[in-house]
Amino acid sequence: MKEFKVTLDEAEMRTTYANFLVDFAKKDEKVVALEADLSSAIATNKIKKAMGNRLINVGIMEAEEVGCAAGLAVAGFKPFIHTFGPFASRRVYDQVFLSLNYAQLSAVILGSDAGVTAEANGGTHMPFEDLALMRAIPKATVYEVSDTTMLRAILEQSYEDTGFSYIRTIRKQPVKLYSEGELFESGIKVLREGKDVSILASGIMVSDAMLAANELAAEGIEATVMDVYRLKPINKEAVLQAAETGAIITAENHNIVGGLGSAIAEVLAEEKPTLQYRIGVREQFGQVGKADYLKEQYGLTVENIVSQAKQLIKKKEKMKTLTSI
Amino acid sequence: MEIKELEKFAKEIRYYTLKELNYMGYGHYGGSLSIVEVLAAIYGKHLNASPETKDDPNRDYFVLSKGHGGPALYATLSLKGYFPEEWLYTLNQNGTNLPSHPDRNKTPGVDMTTGSLGQGISAATGIALGNKIAERNNFTFTIVGDGELNEGQCWEAIQMAAHNQLENLIVFVDDNKKQLDGYTIDISNPFDFAEKFTAFGFNTVRVDGHSVKAISEAITSAKVFKGKPSVIILDTIKGKGIKHIEEMMDNHHLRPDDETNKAIQATIQQIGEELGVLV
Repeated sequence: MKEFKVTLDEAEMRTTYANFLVDFAKKDEKVVALEADLSSAIATNKIKKAMGNRLINVGIMEAEEVGCAAGLAVAGFKPFIHTFGPFASRRVYDQVFLSLNYAQLSAVILGSDAGVTAEANGGTHMPFEDLALMRAIPKATVYEVSDTTMLRAILEQSYEDTGFSYIRTIRKQPVKLYSEGELFESGIKVLREGKDVSILASGIMVSDAMLAANELAAEGIEATVMDVYRLKPINKEAVLQAAETGAIITAENHNIVGGLGSAIAEVLAEEKPTLQYRIGVREQFGQVGKADYLKEQYGLTVENIVSQAKQLIKKKEKMKTLTSI
Repeated sequence: MEIKELEKFAKEIRYYTLKELNYMGYGHYGGSLSIVEVLAAIYGKHLNASPETKDDPNRDYFVLSKGHGGPALYATLSLKGYFPEEWLYTLNQNGTNLPSHPDRNKTPGVDMTTGSLGQGISAATGIALGNKIAERNNFTFTIVGDGELNEGQCWEAIQMAAHNQLENLIVFVDDNKKQLDGYTIDISNPFDFAEKFTAFGFNTVRVDGHSVKAISEAITSAKVFKGKPSVIILDTIKGKGIKHIEEMMDNHHLRPDDETNKAIQATIQQIGEELGVLV
């Protein structure tokens, strides 16, 4: 298996988002973008001229941002809403739940600064619960994207989608994972195949999962790695395929309650009970710090993935011995 | 419709609202009865929309932000031909198209799903903004409750509407002086709604909310007012039309007892006779 090397994406997530808006606003006069005073953070301040009156900055009013988007959808527009993930989810949950989803209005929310990447903004701005909240909304489509090629593709899919989509992203340069033209249809990308353990990751944890697979391979352990970019609806077949190794590690930059780990556990519990360990934030709030420091605080590291994978494989072997007695 | 006809229309709305609520046997009587006249003025004269144009983006839009007034809206929509009268007697029954709070996916003529207070007026600002961007020559009307204006989101919407000079938006405040737990002045003093809206950048007027003539004239003026959104504050009485309910302290949601039921029946009989529906 080829060794995975970290290379940064040539583009930022935010410029990818802004460029998508310009392209699609040009193509379709129904495309509108909403901001709540975080336009400069997501680079939509650079597309003011191109967007004209279809870039709407309501000010620091997230409830109005979502309510106004719902009204724009009633009037026939396709709204793309951005704010930081915690505000887009925790702060306006009832508005997102009722005015958009219960009312069956089509819209896209881009929740930025995924988990630890909120860095110096700290616990108030650090979303570890957004995916859990969005997954609980009936019929919502929930993504966590890992690089710019994927973000562009998912934005294009969400534009076509007549329902509601939540897209979780970081703002800056991600690790590059995909080349142009790559298709994102099934919700899960198999990046590496191995027989001993499966590591299912999303967002910034995907490259860590690949690095962990490198280290495991050096010790003779073959890991499957999957990028689970669509948490809902989840690709059950791919999860069951991952379960063939008999040991599943999930790695997410999110609370272990309600996010990726839960989504995978739900499939396994109902379809194919399999040993699983969830790497993610456990019973903790956010805090200030550099992303790398925070990842260590919450155990979101290559080392932890490697160590938990080995422990889980041991557990698997032990259980095999027990059942064979 | 001329004033006389609007007054008759209001009577019809009150008549069917009462019959609809009484068929179910419980519901939001107070806040449904206080918006009868404004619904008559909007739907009888000013709202450019009909069952035939319900999918035309150039029509006028209406959002009942105080969603608990749904029963009065349903009576109005039924009278305007959006659905048959029989539907009114399915209010809140299992599988109904007329839930307590309006649902745009269930009821023909309902533009926005409401019920969680503060969200409807926000959606109304979005509809008005969208219509302005699309350069449609139409209006968006929304009714908010006085109690509903406790919600912070209302004031976000009000700021946004003023900032964007949404002159195609007309907000009505059903100032019936009461909310679920009592008088608004005791729960959270609203002070002067007119002063507040004026300070927030609205064209503001206060009228007798049970005079279709006064409401209709205020709407006519609001429609030609340029550069600002308009608010028409309606002085209303919660439970309007049935003295017994008007005088009740807790009249937000009722399960009428025998005495109240007698008063409701008497009013239905009286309006029915006046309208010539009942003899």
